[in-house]
Formats: sequence, C-alpha cells, structure tokens
Amino acid sequence: MSNIPNELRYATTHEWVRDDGDGVFTVGITEHAQDLLGDMVFLDLPDVGDAVTTGDECAVAESVKAASDVYSPLTGEVIAVNEDLEDSPELVNSDAFGEGWLFKVKAEDPQEVEGLLDAEAYAGVIAED
Amino acid sequence: MNTTSLHSAHIAAGAKMVDFFGWHMPINYGSQIEEHHSVRRDAGMFDVSHMTIVDVTGVQAKDYLRYLLANDVAKLTEKGKALYSGMMNEEGGVVDDLIVYHFDATNYRVVVNSATKEKDINWLNKVAQGFDVSVTEQTAFTMIAVQGPNAKDKAATLFTEAQKEAVAGMKPFYGVQAEDIFIATTGYTGEAGYEIMVPKARAVEFWDSLLAAGVTPCGLGARDTLRLEAGMNLYGQDMDETVSPLAANMGWTITWEPSDRDFMGRSALESQREEGTQKLVGLVFKDKGVLRAGQSVKTSDGEGKITSGTFSPTLGHSIAMARVPKGDGSAIGATVQVEMRKNWVDVEIVKPSFVRNGKSVL
Repeated sequence: MSNIPNELRYATTHEWVRDDGDGVFTVGITEHAQDLLGDMVFLDLPDVGDAVTTGDECAVAESVKAASDVYSPLTGEVIAVNEDLEDSPELVNSDAFGEGWLFKVKAEDPQEVEGLLDAEAYAGVIAED
Repeated sequence: MNTTSLHSAHIAAGAKMVDFFGWHMPINYGSQIEEHHSVRRDAGMFDVSHMTIVDVTGVQAKDYLRYLLANDVAKLTEKGKALYSGMMNEEGGVVDDLIVYHFDATNYRVVVNSATKEKDINWLNKVAQGFDVSVTEQTAFTMIAVQGPNAKDKAATLFTEAQKEAVAGMKPFYGVQAEDIFIATTGYTGEAGYEIMVPKARAVEFWDSLLAAGVTPCGLGARDTLRLEAGMNLYGQDMDETVSPLAANMGWTITWEPSDRDFMGRSALESQREEGTQKLVGLVFKDKGVLRAGQSVKTSDGEGKITSGTFSPTLGHSIAMARVPKGDGSAIGATVQVEMRKNWVDVEIVKPSFVRNGKSVL
C-alpha cells in the first residue's frame, strides 16, 4: 500500500501539494504515481516565471516505461523548479514526497488548495484505479 | 495464469509481477535500471522458464530442421553447437525466432518464445508431417539466464567438478548436458553468461544459491532494455508473420547456399530479396525524451516506424530500432525525424547495435 502523508493535498491526476505558507505551494507526483510509472529517466519541468493554470499540462515525467503528463493542481506562477532532477531523476522514485518535488507555485488564490483532495479522499481515488 | 517453479521466490524477493502473455512474471524487483546496471557491470539472473523447450529427435531430425529453418543446421558439426534462426511461413513471414542446439544428426533441442508457444508447437508439428521425426515439448526444466561480466564465475560456484569441466573453455553459443543440468553459453543481453536448464525440483534451491553467490535478480523490464541495447530483436515487436526477415535485420540468418536446399518460405524470400524490402536500423536520440515503439519516422525516402524504443541506461539517452524504406535517407549517419509527443525531432541513424560487453559500440 502506498504512503499518503496526511499533511498534503492531492489531485485526482496524482499530483501532491504542500502548503509552504505565504501562498507558496510545492508540487510533486505521488508515490503511487511513481510506482505506476517505474524508473524515472527525464523530468521536463516548467520554467521559473511560467504561468500555470489548474488542470493544464505543465510538466512531463518520463520513465523507462512511458511519458506521462503532469497537470498543475493550482493556478499561479512557477517560482522554483527542482534542478536536482536534471541529474538525478530517480529522486522522484526514491523520495516522491520529499527530494523528488517538481516545482513551487505562488498561487493566485491560496484558498484554491482547499478544493483539492485530502489524504483519505486520495486513498479512495487510488483504490478505484 | 501460468506460473514458473520460481514464482514463490519472486514474490519473496518483492518482485512486481505482471501478466506476460498468460505468465505471471516479474517486471522488476524494485528498480529496473539498477537491475540493468548489475548485468552490465556484475551479474544478474532472469527466470526465463516461460520459454518453450522442444526436443527434436529421430532419423530425419536433421532433414526436418533443414526444411523448417531458414538458417541451415548442416552448419552445425560440433556437439552442442547452437544456431540462431528464423522459422518462416510459406509467404516468407517470421513465425518465430529460436535457438537450436545440435547434439547429433538425430538429436536437437530447440528453444522458442513463450508468447507464441501454441502457434509454434502447431507449426513444428505441421511441418513435421512426412518426416520421420518426433517433436516433444520438454517440461521438466526451469530455465535461468545468468548474465554479466562476472556471471560465469558466480554461476560456477554452484557447479560440481564434472560440470566445471564440462563448461571449461566453452565458446559462446554452445550447450552441454552436465549431470542433471543443461548449461549453454547463450543469452539475450549482449554480455557473457549462461542459460541454464535445471530440473524443476531443484529450481528454488538453484536460484537461492545464485542469490547467495551475489547474482542480482532481474525482471523482464531490464531484460528488454538489455536486449535492445544489444540490438537483439523481440518477436512480436521487431518482426512477426507479416514481416520479412530481410526487413528485420535477419538477413544474416538466412542460409541461401546450397541453392538446392528447399526450406519453408524459400521462394517467397527469394522474391523479396529481388524486389527489395524495408530495413531495420538503429536510432539514437541524445536530447531529453524517449523514443517509443509506434512513433513515425520520416526519411527522405518515405516514412517508417519505430518497432522498439527505450531509454538506454548504459548510454544515458534514448535508443530505438525502426523499420524504414531503404535508400540514402536511411544510411548510417543520416538524420531523420521522429514524431515524439506531437513534435518532430531530429534523430541519427546507426547500425542496430548499441552496447556490447558493457561498452558503447556507437
């Protein structure tokens, strides 16, 4: 069974969101998602300064098995991307909720995060897969 | 679903299991890339007991195989020597690819793919009509491939003195029955090593002993990236019944001489050779992104398709095999375009072989 931290919020498309305060949110893909994809080989991340919109493709996670779109869980501006993934894409596999984060968004409306799933609801999404 | 004698060992090792053409098999035991590296750098092992072993015996065994296969078993004179061949239908399409081991003119062993088992057995029996030969599926063995630069040494720690003696100095592409096990210097990775047939009752004990000798269990995921780096075809992907072996980089496996040897598909293959076919080439893409089977390839002589594509863990970039029209547009070194996620990207054509014995051959 996949690890699903309680303090995070989730999108049905398997992204996680951490509230860093001041309207800034860290985004990654869940342990369940990386497990489905297998060994990561490339992460195609947005650029700092890019505007992202909820539900839009903003990154690609490419594994040995397949290329998978990552959808922005929030609307806002990208203020940081995880540059360590350039040389170490396997961090997404080994530490999906930590060092394997993808990017940080300054949300247009920080309240939007309340509309995402909590851990329990996300566990329900996985169970239906 | 079918399971091998090692099924419980895979589960115990934490394998991620998948349905592989009706067989419940390990795709990886954690990290496919780590497993891949262990074969290139040290020693890895694969459960390949889902493959089908068929013994061909009888006074006309040799005549039968000379008719059945496009490669010619008459080339096999030494005991234990093996041969890779395609098995064609009347239209010159590939029914399957296989390895045949020669013991003597009345006694051969053939190993065919698992995904095509029923079709293959039917075909072997159909072609056997009119020959004094018996075609017997051999179900007593578990087959384990041990591959990598240290594979032979690590496997040898399990061998008896007699078995060590039997394999001493054995060159690639030979097989020998040594006491209760059959040991062959064959494989599907581009590394040295053995494929070993072990009586089913000994399967788990043998696997566990290899594990204790420091051999890494590897799943079908690593098997696929290793064979693709080595430029080896996968049946059903790089060729099938609708594809000429000449369009699948298997021309070298067709023995045309002597010209009076009649073999299944010969006249169709001769016409294909005269008319010309497409060809299978290697592709290299060094930017971000992975070439995948099914993607279109544009050359100056027309369009083709990727048959197998992956990320190469050894090279650190993507590689593929593609079937494309023959011509200057697909010459070695030419640049072609591949449609990757709605963009056309430039890709270089190379020979369909990328890594051998741990090293890049690009």
